[in-house]
Amino acid sequence: MDMHYRPEDLAFQAEVRQFIQANLPADLADKVRRGLHLDKEDFVFWQKKLNEQGWFAPHWPVALGGVEWNPTQHYLFQNEQVEGCCPPVIPFGVRMVAPVIFTYGSEEQKQRFLPDILDSTAWWCQGYSEPGSGSDLASLQTKAVRDGDDYIVNGTKTWTTLAQYADWIFCLVRTSTEGKPQEGISFLLIDMNSPGIDVTPIITIDGSHEVNSVFFTDVRVPAENLIGQENQGWTYAKFLLLFERSNSLTGSLKQQLHRLRGVARQELTGGAPLCADPAFAARLADYEVQLRSYEFLELRTLGNSRPGAEASYLKIIGTDLQQLASELTLQAVAYYGNPHISDALVHGYNEPSVGPDYAAPAAPQYFNYRKTAIYAGSNEIQRNILSKAVLGM
Amino acid sequence: MDFSLSEEQQLLKDSVQRFVREEYELESRRKLVATDIGYSEDNWAKMAELGWLALPLPEEYGGIGGGAVDTMVLMEEFGRGLVVEPYMSSVIIGGGFLMAGGSEKHKTELLPKLGAGELKLAFGYAERQSRFDLNDVECKAEKSGDGYILNGHKGVVFHAATADKIIVSARTSGGSRDADGITLFLVDNNCNGLSRRDYPTVDGLRASELELDGVAVGADAVLGAVGGGAALMEEVVGQAIAAICAESVGCMDVLQETTNEYLKTRVQFGVPLSKFQVLQHRMVDMFMECEQARSMCYMVTLKIGDEDPVERAKAVSAAKVQIGNSGRYVGQQSVQLHGGMGMTDELHVGHYFKRLTMIDTMFGNKDHHLKRYADL
Repeated sequence: MDMHYRPEDLAFQAEVRQFIQANLPADLADKVRRGLHLDKEDFVFWQKKLNEQGWFAPHWPVALGGVEWNPTQHYLFQNEQVEGCCPPVIPFGVRMVAPVIFTYGSEEQKQRFLPDILDSTAWWCQGYSEPGSGSDLASLQTKAVRDGDDYIVNGTKTWTTLAQYADWIFCLVRTSTEGKPQEGISFLLIDMNSPGIDVTPIITIDGSHEVNSVFFTDVRVPAENLIGQENQGWTYAKFLLLFERSNSLTGSLKQQLHRLRGVARQELTGGAPLCADPAFAARLADYEVQLRSYEFLELRTLGNSRPGAEASYLKIIGTDLQQLASELTLQAVAYYGNPHISDALVHGYNEPSVGPDYAAPAAPQYFNYRKTAIYAGSNEIQRNILSKAVLGM
Repeated sequence: MDFSLSEEQQLLKDSVQRFVREEYELESRRKLVATDIGYSEDNWAKMAELGWLALPLPEEYGGIGGGAVDTMVLMEEFGRGLVVEPYMSSVIIGGGFLMAGGSEKHKTELLPKLGAGELKLAFGYAERQSRFDLNDVECKAEKSGDGYILNGHKGVVFHAATADKIIVSARTSGGSRDADGITLFLVDNNCNGLSRRDYPTVDGLRASELELDGVAVGADAVLGAVGGGAALMEEVVGQAIAAICAESVGCMDVLQETTNEYLKTRVQFGVPLSKFQVLQHRMVDMFMECEQARSMCYMVTLKIGDEDPVERAKAVSAAKVQIGNSGRYVGQQSVQLHGGMGMTDELHVGHYFKRLTMIDTMFGNKDHHLKRYADL
């Protein structure tokens, strides 16, 4: 056992840091630091920068644009980006559909789709959940019926994150009603500009527009957009879900803690900083201890070639901590969690803030982060997985 | 011992329930929240007509002379409806200050108007540095002739924009966190030197930041004794906390009932969600939180008139802690058990969750009241 980074890993970390410093504009970093809304252009800008450096798809096979890093380097890379306040990489293309394409797709599909993902010209979104199929994903009803060289798709997908920006959607569709529900699902890539697709915003309780409903009415999709075999989509979906759940959260949790500490230093109680208040200091310490435990949990799983059960417990514990940090931050700002000025989270909003600057994102983030225990397989579902897969119950 | 409602209280409950049913469909509320003032003057007039604005006010000043239990009955139903009219600010707190600290002239002139819906009040107490300490007051009131000149800032003053008069805590003597030396002033909303920045709040209410820049008031603007504002605030804020506990119980019950209903109807894996034991237990925990919150709400309502100030303060803080714990659990779990739907603005669940979240902050959160309880 050895908990130290090796010299080459530390050198790598320094290289990443240097790259971020040299390439991330200060105002963009500031937007991220302050928790302001990011535009499509912000995400794409940074993804293109990473791609220029050859770092946008590090986990892809080297021949396709990946990098030969060891697991520690992958981990350091993710966390350095968070620490440096880089816009997060939108995962739907590069981290989710791309591994499915290069693992199960045809040579033609790889050549057609991967380059546009790599240089961020194509924005992808994920068509999994449906109004009647949340935790029970396999019950999905969106139908794809073969008609000559096409499939005709009808149905509704929901909670589709950032579909308003998307050029493509990868969808789980029902191609058969025979056998078990899982056995009649196919994995289809659909051009968002196809006639018959309608995207409707869903406004969430924090007032933001992140998710959408996507309606499909007689949408014609060329059969060549089918990944792998018809009715084998569930296999590809499960493969992809592991990636969805195995994102490192340590960096962003540390960032949350850093912000929270900043707030607690500036807020006053009884004439002294809130961070000196014994009760609040104890809560901060408790959070930090939990975060340290989470970090080592993550580090212990590094190098596992296929994220398995640990993806489930990391998801549960990590999202619990995301929620807790947002809750403590809201508590820290006290009365200034109340004002709701939606433009205050838009970059370039010039009115002086109501109360301290750092207070404006506190309530929206707390409300918004309730989603983390619901999405990507609710934390209840993750516990089911763990009890079955790990504990054999 | 008897925890049942009297016939009059049951009638009041029925009447508020009817109002909420008729006026507070989620869509109607959404429209109210989006208006300029953020609530309905028609509703306010209706509340006056039904006698609710006069409910806790004394009969000799045109009031109904209702007690804490009557207020509790009304506030619980307001909680069930997520009512946005400024009842708490104007009647409970504003009326409370007039009754507890107003001069005979204040009472004769203002209480009948308050009860008739012709006068609205707000209460400005919080400051940037004060957090939840009512006695952390830097806003200054300096003697000038017969009256006072007020200078300072008040933050997150609920319903200030539509109030005719705002009750402001200011320091007439002492250091910035001394209990002694705070005086309460009745300030006209349109007076010279008072500026406001109005904004909506995350739970659909309205609030303002106030700047007082040389606001001149007469000696007759003082509520209670000069320098004796702390005791007055403790008394009235205690009543307000009891009332907000009732509101919170109403919110929680709606969430508990709705979530229970949802689990019974939402089918996943071929069965209703209510068949999963883990969700059954979660639901039972929510139900128990609601029952505990209701118990503490009754407790504080019945103790708020207690002679012993320590006993009274303990009841207030204990109830606020319970409401904080229960509101958090019931609110968070309601969203969680509704899954993605719980996250939407379209469903009412999120709106109750947000209100419960902000109720924890009002007049001191759980941490604040635990500490206060321990110090008593």
